[in-house]
Amino acid sequence: MSPTAQTLNEPWGDGRDATRAVDGAAPAPYMNPYLAGIGLGLVLLAAFVIMGRGLGASGAVNAFVAWVVGSLAPAHAQSNAFLAEYLGDGTTHPLKAWLVFEVLGVFAGALLSGLLAHRVRVSVEKGPRVSAGLRLALAFSGGATMAFGAALARGCTSGQALTGGSMLNAGSWVTMLAIFGGAYALAYFVKWQWR
Amino acid sequence: MNTPFYKYGAFGDETSLVVAFVIGIGFGFFLERAGFGSARKLVSQFYLNDLAVFKVMFTAIVTAMLGTTYLAWMGVLDLSLVYLTPTVLWPQLVGGLVLGIGFVIGGYCPGTSVASVATGRLDGLAFVLGLPVGTLLFAEAFPWIRGFYENGSVGVQTLPGVFDLPYGLVVFAVVLMALGGFAGASWIEKKFQPR
Repeated sequence: MSPTAQTLNEPWGDGRDATRAVDGAAPAPYMNPYLAGIGLGLVLLAAFVIMGRGLGASGAVNAFVAWVVGSLAPAHAQSNAFLAEYLGDGTTHPLKAWLVFEVLGVFAGALLSGLLAHRVRVSVEKGPRVSAGLRLALAFSGGATMAFGAALARGCTSGQALTGGSMLNAGSWVTMLAIFGGAYALAYFVKWQWR
Repeated sequence: MNTPFYKYGAFGDETSLVVAFVIGIGFGFFLERAGFGSARKLVSQFYLNDLAVFKVMFTAIVTAMLGTTYLAWMGVLDLSLVYLTPTVLWPQLVGGLVLGIGFVIGGYCPGTSVASVATGRLDGLAFVLGLPVGTLLFAEAFPWIRGFYENGSVGVQTLPGVFDLPYGLVVFAVVLMALGGFAGASWIEKKFQPR
């Protein structure tokens, strides 16, 4: 069972009632990728011009973890050089960080777009050959793996590949090429999850 | 007009958090518009039958890069005030590979997983819950991997600097590379279309 191009462009792969969103309407097709890319590029450009910095995601997770560890075990967090950087001098709350507010915006923006296009529905997205439970376990592992990699690389697909890529940052291009390399190298071995 | 506005003191830290939220809305909106709240859509990049990830990402990179280049040329944007993550070769190479591995296992990257949760995906939620776990593992391992984390540190480094080429020439080369990539992507998609 391999999906056709058409089913790929439907938002859910959970095999049940494949066309209806929470509001009962059929989902709209996705935006042309080049138009969406121009939109995304203009948002990134706005971040450069207004803030002098780009977009990110994994940095918000670092701030969150620093806050949790800092609350539960303050001395332990302060003695950890990686976490201490996100705790600062203690005068500002760790969650009062630029990337934390930006990521909250990402949630709001995606929800807005999803509702407008009738693409919001509770689902577990997966290929036909894996159970929902296994898919959730793999998604959890993938999240943990990417967070580890992002900490090592000093950023993820947002902060390094997209932001650093457009600023011609040398390390960002190394990270971006390595992301594609790692994903293509493993893709064959986890194809059963998706197809 | 001097930009980045924030770096020239046009507004303070409190306002910058509002800016972060608004820019995040734009980021999340276009991620969802492009279909990047969907894990199967994202990983199709690695099975070659839908290269929207490449198309959107490189259109965004080229758009933002041409924007910053022209604005800098007109004297509106001071590129030296835009934050660049320092390059540390080896952890960024390995971190990138780990990011790619996590991407094809988990189906999302940190930014797109937020868009997937916003549109109701429970696998996206599992991915998001995995993120702080990976970060915590990294933070706890940090004292032992710190040597590697700093290995190959060359400070802030751009591609024009590394190859000793004019900035504009590298920008031009990236644009040509992207245009060639877009043409190649359409050809590859046709070739790998599942039947």
